[in-house]
Amino acid sequence: MRDFSYIAATTIPEAVALLDEKGESARILAGGTDLIVQVREARRDVDWMIDIKSIPEVNVLDYNADSGLTLGAAVECYKIYADDAICDAYPSLIDATTIIGGTAIQGRAGVGGNLCNASPAADGIPPLIVLNATCVIAGPNGEREVPAEDFCTAPGQTVLEKGEMLVSMKIPAPASNSSSYYLRFIPRNEMDIAVVGAGASVTLDAAKQTIVSARIALAAVAPTPLFAEAASARLAGREVSDEAIDAAAEAAQAIARPISDMRGTAEQRTHLVGVLTRRALNGAIQRVRDAT
Amino acid sequence: MLENKEYKVIGTRPIRHDGVDKVTGRALYGADFQAAGLLHGRVLRSPHAHARIISIDTSRAEALPGVKGVVTAKDLPDPGDKIADLGEGAVNLKHLCDNILASDKVLYKGHAVAAVAATNPHIAEEACTLIDVEYEVLPPVLEVRQAMEPDAPLLHEHLRTTSLGETADEPSNVASHIQHKLGDPEKGFAEADVIIEREFVTGTVHQGYIEPHNATAHYNQDGQLTIWCSTQGAFTVREQVAEILQYPISKIKVVPMEIGGGFGGKISVYIKPVAALLAKKTGKPVKVLMNRADVFEGTGPTPASFIRVKMGATKEGKITAAEAYLAFEAGAYPGSPVGPGAMCIFAPYSIENVIIDGYDVVVNKPKTAPYRAPGAPNAAFGSETVVDEIAEKLGIDPLEIRLLNGAKEGDRRADGPVHPRIGCIETVEAAKAHPHYTAPNGKKHHGRGVASGYWFNIGLESSVTINVNSDGTINLIEGSTDIGGTRASIAMQAAEVLGISAESVNPSVVDTESVGYTAVTGGSRTTYATGYAAYEAAQDVKRQMIARAAKLWEVEEANVQFADGEFSSINGKEEQISFRDLCARLGETGGPIVGSGTVNPGGAGGAYATHVVDVAVDEETGKVDILRYTAVQDAGKAIHPSYVEGQIQGGAVQGIGWALNEEYIYNAEGEMTNASFLDYRMPTCLDLPMIDAVIVEVPNPGHPYGVRGVGEVPIVPPMAAIANAIYDAIGVRMTELPMSPDRLLKAMGKI
Repeated sequence: MRDFSYIAATTIPEAVALLDEKGESARILAGGTDLIVQVREARRDVDWMIDIKSIPEVNVLDYNADSGLTLGAAVECYKIYADDAICDAYPSLIDATTIIGGTAIQGRAGVGGNLCNASPAADGIPPLIVLNATCVIAGPNGEREVPAEDFCTAPGQTVLEKGEMLVSMKIPAPASNSSSYYLRFIPRNEMDIAVVGAGASVTLDAAKQTIVSARIALAAVAPTPLFAEAASARLAGREVSDEAIDAAAEAAQAIARPISDMRGTAEQRTHLVGVLTRRALNGAIQRVRDAT
Repeated sequence: MLENKEYKVIGTRPIRHDGVDKVTGRALYGADFQAAGLLHGRVLRSPHAHARIISIDTSRAEALPGVKGVVTAKDLPDPGDKIADLGEGAVNLKHLCDNILASDKVLYKGHAVAAVAATNPHIAEEACTLIDVEYEVLPPVLEVRQAMEPDAPLLHEHLRTTSLGETADEPSNVASHIQHKLGDPEKGFAEADVIIEREFVTGTVHQGYIEPHNATAHYNQDGQLTIWCSTQGAFTVREQVAEILQYPISKIKVVPMEIGGGFGGKISVYIKPVAALLAKKTGKPVKVLMNRADVFEGTGPTPASFIRVKMGATKEGKITAAEAYLAFEAGAYPGSPVGPGAMCIFAPYSIENVIIDGYDVVVNKPKTAPYRAPGAPNAAFGSETVVDEIAEKLGIDPLEIRLLNGAKEGDRRADGPVHPRIGCIETVEAAKAHPHYTAPNGKKHHGRGVASGYWFNIGLESSVTINVNSDGTINLIEGSTDIGGTRASIAMQAAEVLGISAESVNPSVVDTESVGYTAVTGGSRTTYATGYAAYEAAQDVKRQMIARAAKLWEVEEANVQFADGEFSSINGKEEQISFRDLCARLGETGGPIVGSGTVNPGGAGGAYATHVVDVAVDEETGKVDILRYTAVQDAGKAIHPSYVEGQIQGGAVQGIGWALNEEYIYNAEGEMTNASFLDYRMPTCLDLPMIDAVIVEVPNPGHPYGVRGVGEVPIVPPMAAIANAIYDAIGVRMTELPMSPDRLLKAMGKI
């Protein structure tokens, strides 16, 4: 493994100044479960690792039924799924955080790091997209906000500019009669990377028969996780039915641009988008209906 | 007479002697080795699957501060045309050497090209990037049928096919062709009412042992070379290193450290001679460790294969003829396990007319190495699927057809040997009687499958020395690496002879200078052959102890008997002394007692297994879940039933991985794209039900306690059993391994 320097920043301005000064040679270290491995395997050249875990703002985990969730960029997965209120409000986020790596990894890895690593197959990103998350970014010119679906730009690439860092993700409070679901397909039952991932959130009417709105997101079928906007829009105002769900699944398949690699073939992935979109939507709908 | 014998120690389940150190992390593995002045080695590996080496320039690496030495194939002695004898068979020495460090050509991605020793591993790693190798890249040959084409690119310009004793004139990638023939296959097929012929393809799979290869080497000032390493056989390391370095075995000491799994993959040497070369060059001890990618890309997996099986049977279910064509990928150098595959393929059946052709073919993949019953699982995937199809066509229960045709004592295998007492039919009967086989399994997309398997097991040389302690315990010195609980199973055989507890035996696995020659832990031979040596050593101790008692009591030795841990005098004098009390009196009766036993037994007993598996197929995703698994196996005599069960479970699990997801995935350039445990998908505990291991005991007449080897045969049936279960679930015959979700989707016509 190559040599690198380690600095622990304690404030956002300090971290931003370091990032601005070091440029491409610096990288934020939070859980390190991707970064350390990438450097060890010489897949990423880093001279400076800037540890942000001592910065208060990136450790915020605050849920309020009115204002929603503020999820700090360095909050580890295990803290998210240990919070009962968050589990109730955002089940898709729990679906994802409980399958990222194993228990030990979940003690270090966080959703913020998952987002910044910008893997097309990231399990943490589709839930952010379907939950309408906004990414709060700090930089030399102050703060800005970007919707989760726009954050990743290519494999390993994000909208973060020189000197910028992710501070937190803000997720709106769930509407009544809404829920969400995330699942992935892997050939094993655990310890694997998604061949395809699909998330869905739905809001039903009071009778729980009609879909008021829905959001669908996909992983591992394009250079970035995708918001299946057209597929989502097709469901708005439709009665819950196999036909409606099949139509959305087909629309989701239409935007998939998968590759063939060691994890799966393109045709397999396109097929699975249909299967998983249906399962995610049905899963989310079932959760709404199961809620008392 | 073996059948009903009651034992005191054998058949019990004592805690293994090495258990506490292993679970508390105190056991020392090769990577733990430390020495003053230790240097760290790193191997540079080929980025190409097939290329000619034009030049290697190590000067920039040598100039890096901290680098103490760089070696290439030029540092190896010229192997000439010598054929090396490694105990387990003759090997072309040039092939052996070229696999350690490539000389003229690289033949697979990951092929070792050069190595560096430096003051820390990071410098060694960096130095590897500073070695300039110029390659002329050649087209790779990545599949056995492609390699057999007459116009295929050649890996070795000098390799000519040896076919049934004749050597061809033209060079070829086909190293050899073997054939076994029994009876009149043509006549047999003419008698058949139903004939099934199918083709099968299996992928390249790795043993997946958890501990990567490691080696530390050091030359003393007097030229004595010591190697500390993880290996299945210290003596075979000594032999291979001696051949490769052309150095006398008496100048090489190999110290086996604890081993974190081998399954056949830690018999061939890779980095051990490299560590020795670096140690020689630097004058310092040098430690070389592989990482996981090195292990996948640079060590021997078990071969991919193409198999065609044809079998015929009468309406009544009698199999009248069988034919097999086995083409195995040897990897970069000749030596695939097609031979054992050909020996085992129809061994669970009594068939009068058989013809088997086997081809050993080189391709641009790592040189294959043994892996648990090498060759037999590939072959059984074909034959056991075809047997299932015949049973289905005839409307006969698949276990019934196995009983109807089951191999038994006196039957001749197609490759020649006549079966001694075997337990083939007994395993099928036990599977049939097991509640699993009759449990309801009618759910949609659920299926049940069965398959049988055979592995012949081996004997080979083993040595054991026993030193008797004054407190009534013994130290048992052995040369067999303990991979699966053999310290316990060997100690228990000595304990049984001496009437002492397993805990009164202190077993040690020692280096090549501290025990007699002992062949590898492989071929399911250790509990059988080293156990046999322990039995003989204990008998030697017993004889000497009887002499001491006789001396003590001033009686004839013939008048001393030993039973239940007590020596007693018969015919007159009433004397009695326990084993323990007599141990305290060795000094006064003539001095210490050392017993020894050495064997090279010819009576290894073949092992049979029959497995039953239930699966659920997700029709939408192609994913197969294993719901229930029962593995029946003839152990001859289970010395330590828990460790026999462990072997059965482990073999079944590795077979499940092989069946469902494990394979080397290559791109068009011949690069393995999944050289990590993330993407080389071995099953985890979450993918498996508890494997129900059922031990059948049909004693092996070739061992004093009836032991048969148990470690290998459990990996033979799973692939076919699962394929047959998938067929039962969804009506699709899978003929390619692994039966991964994408292949199932294709077979079901979903993609």
